[in-house]
Amino acid sequence: MITDTATLMDTEVLMAGFGGQGTLLAGKVLAQASMEEGREVSWLPSYGPEMRGGTANVIVCIASKPIGSPLIEHPRGLIAMNLPSLEKFAPKVKPGGVIVVNQSLIDKDPRRDDCVVISVPSRELAQQAGSARAANFVMLGAYVGATGAVSVEAVEHAIAAEFAGDKARFIASSVAAFRAGVEAVCPRS
Amino acid sequence: MSKVLMKGNEALGEAAIRAGCVHFFGYPITPQTEVPEYLVKRLPEVGGAFVQAESEVAAIHMVYGAAGVGIKCMTSSSSPGISLMAEGMSYLAACELPCVIVNIMRAGPGLGGILPSQSDYFQATRGHGHGDYQLIVLAPASVQEAVDLMTLAFDLAEKYRNPVMVCADGMIGQMMEPVEFPGEGRGEPFKENDWELTGRKGRARRIVNSLFLAPEELFQHNIHLKEKYGRVHRDEMRWELCGGDEPYDLLLVAFGTMARICKTAIDEVRRDGLRVALFRPITLNPFPLAACRAAMDAMHAKGQVLTVEMNMGQMVQDVRFAAEGSRDVDFYGTAGGIVPSPDQVAAEIRERLAGVRATTPIRLWSGAGLCCEAQGDGVPCAGTDGTCDTCGRAMPAPAAQPAPTGA
Repeated sequence: MITDTATLMDTEVLMAGFGGQGTLLAGKVLAQASMEEGREVSWLPSYGPEMRGGTANVIVCIASKPIGSPLIEHPRGLIAMNLPSLEKFAPKVKPGGVIVVNQSLIDKDPRRDDCVVISVPSRELAQQAGSARAANFVMLGAYVGATGAVSVEAVEHAIAAEFAGDKARFIASSVAAFRAGVEAVCPRS
Repeated sequence: MSKVLMKGNEALGEAAIRAGCVHFFGYPITPQTEVPEYLVKRLPEVGGAFVQAESEVAAIHMVYGAAGVGIKCMTSSSSPGISLMAEGMSYLAACELPCVIVNIMRAGPGLGGILPSQSDYFQATRGHGHGDYQLIVLAPASVQEAVDLMTLAFDLAEKYRNPVMVCADGMIGQMMEPVEFPGEGRGEPFKENDWELTGRKGRARRIVNSLFLAPEELFQHNIHLKEKYGRVHRDEMRWELCGGDEPYDLLLVAFGTMARICKTAIDEVRRDGLRVALFRPITLNPFPLAACRAAMDAMHAKGQVLTVEMNMGQMVQDVRFAAEGSRDVDFYGTAGGIVPSPDQVAAEIRERLAGVRATTPIRLWSGAGLCCEAQGDGVPCAGTDGTCDTCGRAMPAPAAQPAPTGA
């Protein structure tokens, strides 16, 4: 794991899935965590005529200097929560990028030999962590584990901050799901 | 104060409160609804009031009423809603009442779409209501700048007793970025308030009025307003020139979201050794004409100027006005809510600087006339004897002036 933020590369990740899968929320947590680490961030959602059951996506940019365009055509990272998102966005990922595939819903290889492709059974891991609804955090964990885009502690802190107050009951299962995602790609030695 | 991660629309709402805004009147419309959504919760916490009006027409006239009694207030809407507010804006300007109007632009015309656009440039800088009046128009390019310009908007509104518009697009409104707010809690009310209607109570009579039936009186009022707008144009122009320290062969002119995308595109083409600078007007009205001209004049004689906009070519008119014919000003843009990517802008830059044709499907050529068959789409025919020197086709005759009717 890279934890020294000064050595971190600028990156951007596109998170995409069905409305209701929590892609926008996972993106917000990533942006919040990166901001807490002193980095520049932007969080740009798709806001067309989206609806529950439709598709939703967000681009999170993380950089060491002010972000120019928050709109990225070829991101270095993709978290695909469902098949339409994988089919639409996997071809756009920059060569050498990281693609995290939601194995629980996607039975298809993105066919990107030039990228690091990680398949994660997010629903199963989230269920084991205490809540099937936290599959988004499993996926985020896998991405963070694979890239070191931000520290694990910062994300955990951001999850706790996001659910502070009357949603505090979601913190434990969300953090556990996030950790399960991290450990799925970098097992504890 | 530490930074918080916030949506542009919500940040605009909080910035208004920090600037001392206590009343909001508005009507929901995508993509600006988070502004009222935020304020409906926040305003009562700081002793203010929120009213969801029955329409945008009602909302702007509620602003008119509140500003008339000396209350710091605002409204916000998106393109079609701003059109409905046009009449009220004219009245506010005529009566010299300070207020702030936020426009989170969406694609038009008509009901259009809900995606980001900059197609209200004409509306913001020229149009809206009737009569000889102007708004001060500020265009942020980031969530932080939206906050900073919201603060400035209330300051300028008070300083000039004039409505100020903060003109952003759906992308700034919907995007989250870290922001820092000035001050703590609710800001101050208007400092010197010599227009508010409070009941006479022995002081000189005050009238908020825009009806002047005596032509000489109305003429004098217009002269007074013109003098005020003159001061605004003299003292309040704001802009940014990026990459102007080194020589450049191409000057991009863009505002708001589009300027950010241009910055990334410029970073990209600089790796190939291309020399490009960006001029970004922050005040759309007053448009920083002299600074824009200076940025052009800093280039050699063959240097090119290209405006990049999310519309069909609006600000390009002001840039041409700034150029005063000293050089050609071209336009590249998209509409419909399609935001050009940095790659597309970079491709356009490369094409212009290397003569290499890119294959962007949504590029527009601002030159008139036919496209040359030999040189391909986007390159106009050119020739002196009525046919194109390259492809040999007959070129269209120049459009004749219509004959005067009744002659």
